[in-house]
Amino acid sequence: MSFARSAIASTRAVVSRSGRRGITSSSARRSESLFVHRDTDYNNPSIKFEFTPENLKLAHDIIARYPPQYKKGACMPLLDLGQRQNKGWTSISVMNEVARLLEMPKMRVYEVATFYTMYNREPVAPNFLQLCTTTPCQLGGCGSTKILDTIQSHLGIHPGQTTKDGKFTLIEVECLGACSNAPMMQIGDEFYEDLTPETTIKILDTLAKGEKPKPGPQSGRQTSENSAGLTSLTTKPYGPGEFCSPEFQ
Amino acid sequence: MLRRIAQKNLARVAGPSRARLLSTTAPRQADITLTIDGKEVSVPQGTALIQACEKAGAAVPRFCYHDRLAIAGNCRMCLVEVERSPKPVASCAMPAMPGSKVFTNTPLVHKAREGVMEFLLANHPLDCPICDQGGECDLQDQSMRYGSDRTRFHEITGKRAVENKDLGPIVKTSMNRCIQCTRCVRFANDVAGVEDLGTTGRGNDLQIGMYIEKTMDSEMSGNIIDLCPVGALTSKPYAFQARPWELKKTESVDVLDALGSNIRVDSRGVQVMRVQPKINDEINEEWISDKTRYAYDGLKYQRLTTPLVREGNRFVPASWETAMETIRHGYLNSGARGDEVRAVAGALADTEALVALKDLTNKLGSENTTLDSRLGDQPPVQSVDIRSNYLFNTSIENVEDADAILLIGTNPRHEAAILNSRFRKQYLHRGTEFAVVGEKFDSTFEYEHLGTSPKDVEAFLSAKGGDKGFAKIWKEAKKPLVIVGSAVTETKDGAAVLKAVGKHVLDNGNRFLTPEWNGFSVLQRAASRAAAYDIGFTPSSSASSTKPKFVYLLNADDVDPSSIPEDAFVVYQGHHGDHGAQFADVCLPAAAYTEKSATWVNTEGRSQMGRTAVPPPGASREDWKIIRALSEVIGQPLPYDDTLQLRQRMYDISPTLVRYDALEKPSPEVVKTGLTFLSSAKQTASSEPFKKPITDFYRTDPISRASVTMADCSKAFTKKDYPLGNVDEKAQASYA
Ligand code: SF4
Ligand code: FES
Ligand code: FES
Repeated sequence: MSFARSAIASTRAVVSRSGRRGITSSSARRSESLFVHRDTDYNNPSIKFEFTPENLKLAHDIIARYPPQYKKGACMPLLDLGQRQNKGWTSISVMNEVARLLEMPKMRVYEVATFYTMYNREPVAPNFLQLCTTTPCQLGGCGSTKILDTIQSHLGIHPGQTTKDGKFTLIEVECLGACSNAPMMQIGDEFYEDLTPETTIKILDTLAKGEKPKPGPQSGRQTSENSAGLTSLTTKPYGPGEFCSPEFQ
Repeated sequence: MLRRIAQKNLARVAGPSRARLLSTTAPRQADITLTIDGKEVSVPQGTALIQACEKAGAAVPRFCYHDRLAIAGNCRMCLVEVERSPKPVASCAMPAMPGSKVFTNTPLVHKAREGVMEFLLANHPLDCPICDQGGECDLQDQSMRYGSDRTRFHEITGKRAVENKDLGPIVKTSMNRCIQCTRCVRFANDVAGVEDLGTTGRGNDLQIGMYIEKTMDSEMSGNIIDLCPVGALTSKPYAFQARPWELKKTESVDVLDALGSNIRVDSRGVQVMRVQPKINDEINEEWISDKTRYAYDGLKYQRLTTPLVREGNRFVPASWETAMETIRHGYLNSGARGDEVRAVAGALADTEALVALKDLTNKLGSENTTLDSRLGDQPPVQSVDIRSNYLFNTSIENVEDADAILLIGTNPRHEAAILNSRFRKQYLHRGTEFAVVGEKFDSTFEYEHLGTSPKDVEAFLSAKGGDKGFAKIWKEAKKPLVIVGSAVTETKDGAAVLKAVGKHVLDNGNRFLTPEWNGFSVLQRAASRAAAYDIGFTPSSSASSTKPKFVYLLNADDVDPSSIPEDAFVVYQGHHGDHGAQFADVCLPAAAYTEKSATWVNTEGRSQMGRTAVPPPGASREDWKIIRALSEVIGQPLPYDDTLQLRQRMYDISPTLVRYDALEKPSPEVVKTGLTFLSSAKQTASSEPFKKPITDFYRTDPISRASVTMADCSKAFTKKDYPLGNVDEKAQASYA
């Protein structure tokens, strides 16, 4: 399986041994995704994909947001809709269907779908774990490296792989914008933040049972408030008119 | 590119009222003045800075910019310094500003370009010795100037590796070398109309391709090889054949369709190694079709290299004397008198030969000079007395001004691929509307299909087309253009169609025929046709009903066997042992278009000079010389002994034949007279559908039929039978 971000890359920190100082000292990170399509038995244009009636209605609502001559502006939301309907991944048939609906050349849709890493062009498991391993997450809390190790040993998979029972797929991703609650991971559409090895295992076990763990910070704190309690804004916020001169009260 | 597509969609979707949103004439822009390297230049407003630099004589290196393609601005090689601009500026993506001071030769500029070059080379393989682009590679040339002699990159994992794509029998890919300038993508989408080529992935992983595995099915695909500034796209048939500096370059014209695209024939010794386009803005701009480019290997196979005389069931090689004597005997024994001598001129006959053959036939007392096409043995329906009745009067260049185009019985994609690319340009940039009467075809522009038969033409033009869609646009068009395919004039309905068209054009004369605009055009598809009509190479009506006893086939390879009587004596003169030679009693080997200096008149009526690139093979000779020699043997010597005298004779027939490269436009009055003649025809249109004359674009004439490359293309694109190979394996084998 291939995903936008590779496992090996993060653990690699190869230092150039040569005496001269080169511009690069570590190797370039290259994506392991294929940027060409190969027909397989699970992904080829002859597999039919059609939007369900509800989704088709939704698709038309989306298309209606754009002026008719810029119908193709709906490409990204429609691909997303297709991906959701197609068990979390965008097959070639999904892309073709979107192209057909928007009357744009197929290649223009392929270009979009290959450009953005969040369109999965290979199948993923129902529990799609996207662990952030960007610097703040690597440094914050217990650090994402620990979480990665936990997941790897608990599920027995490496990033880019799916468990044998087909329940979990793990990938590494870049910053998802929840750095203040580092480390974090996204599972499906939900964020699970302030992770520790223990809470991570708890989440995974709950998911394995087919239940949904409570999203948000696992440390129990409210969103990204100070975990040591509030240091400011501790008093009751004042209401309208308070502290104003009498005529405005 | 995106903007283009947006514009197109705008034009497509907004309903009939929208099309005229876009202005029909380009507004004249005021000139602005700026200083480049201390030199003042004036350029029209909106000009790219890079062009202004060019005008000032400052060469700016570039990879992605191409003046006939949309601007991408992604290679950054064209950086220049602009006063009061904090950073170097990409001059291709920056409009020239009045009063700005630009420097193209400062340390900053050099440093910037060197930096860009270093990044480009970081991932570029160092395989120039085995790269076919070597010697004509922009990257190679510019790295001589801006490249560093040592690398600062020590990539542990090596350079970027991209797998090669199999684009078909013409384009060979080596995608490691790609610098992602996207010229090929822009060409494919905007000019060739192949919307399958694009970029996949992002950043360092960006690659050019079609995402799914398929071939690039376009009759223009060879041009991306020229466009590619590096060796990522090279030519398969020409792979590892020659280096550019070994080639002799001869400027000539193409004869495989009637457009007369300007070409450069690259030859080594006696062999044509490749054919490249030569820029001519009035005809082919910078493009040529794949047939023009790749049929040249047909010049090597199936050639007639020595005269052949039939003995029983086989041909026996003979000397020129024997062959000529045999013809003399054949002629005398056939007892042909007057119109019983028939000359048939094929698609690849040059003007000199046509003139000589017509003179000879006339000397023998015959008016039976016919054309090698359907109904070519009848007097032409459009009469050849007025040039505008059979020429592409609008001229190829001016087609771009048309705002509505009606195509009758023609598929421009196959009959005139280069013209078709102009249609695509118009369709994208101007929102020109198209309609077709005739067989439907896979086009690169959208069109409304108005019917398939001559009756439908009549119905539409007599305003029975209603008031919707194209009919409405057609009525309101300021510069309407009707194009009648040459195949139409070769059917018995030809007269009726031309009558309907002629009437319509006359009735709407104020829009069709103005001093600047001529909206009536006939599109020829055979290189010799316009010249043949010009010199009156057509039979008189009495001659056309005479059964011939002596037939002279000049490059005639489409002849209908039933038109040649069993007992007639047949001479075939041409360069390939193709269809026509099979009927012959004597075959005379002649020169192909790359082997002779000859005049060609294109469908616009523009005469151009084709030049000798290589000598004719074996005993073959230039066409007109053969006819001249024969006239001597038969005892009716022609009055010219060299090309000069022959061209004088051509001048006497029609001065336009020797006014090279000039286009003479008929005045509206003359056109009207011609149209009045056309509309006086008696015939009525039938409902028999038009048939496309070209079913296989890649095999239309003896040269392309003998070409291996064209056979491959025909298999891959016409028959859609192409096994997509694992290119990488094959490429490895070719290096081994
Ligand atoms: S293949 Fe050639 S023309 Fe196309 S993007 Fe790459 S370098 Fe440019
Ligand atoms: S770094 Fe992990 S969410 Fe920002
Ligand atoms: S030529 Fe200007 S950016 Fe490429």
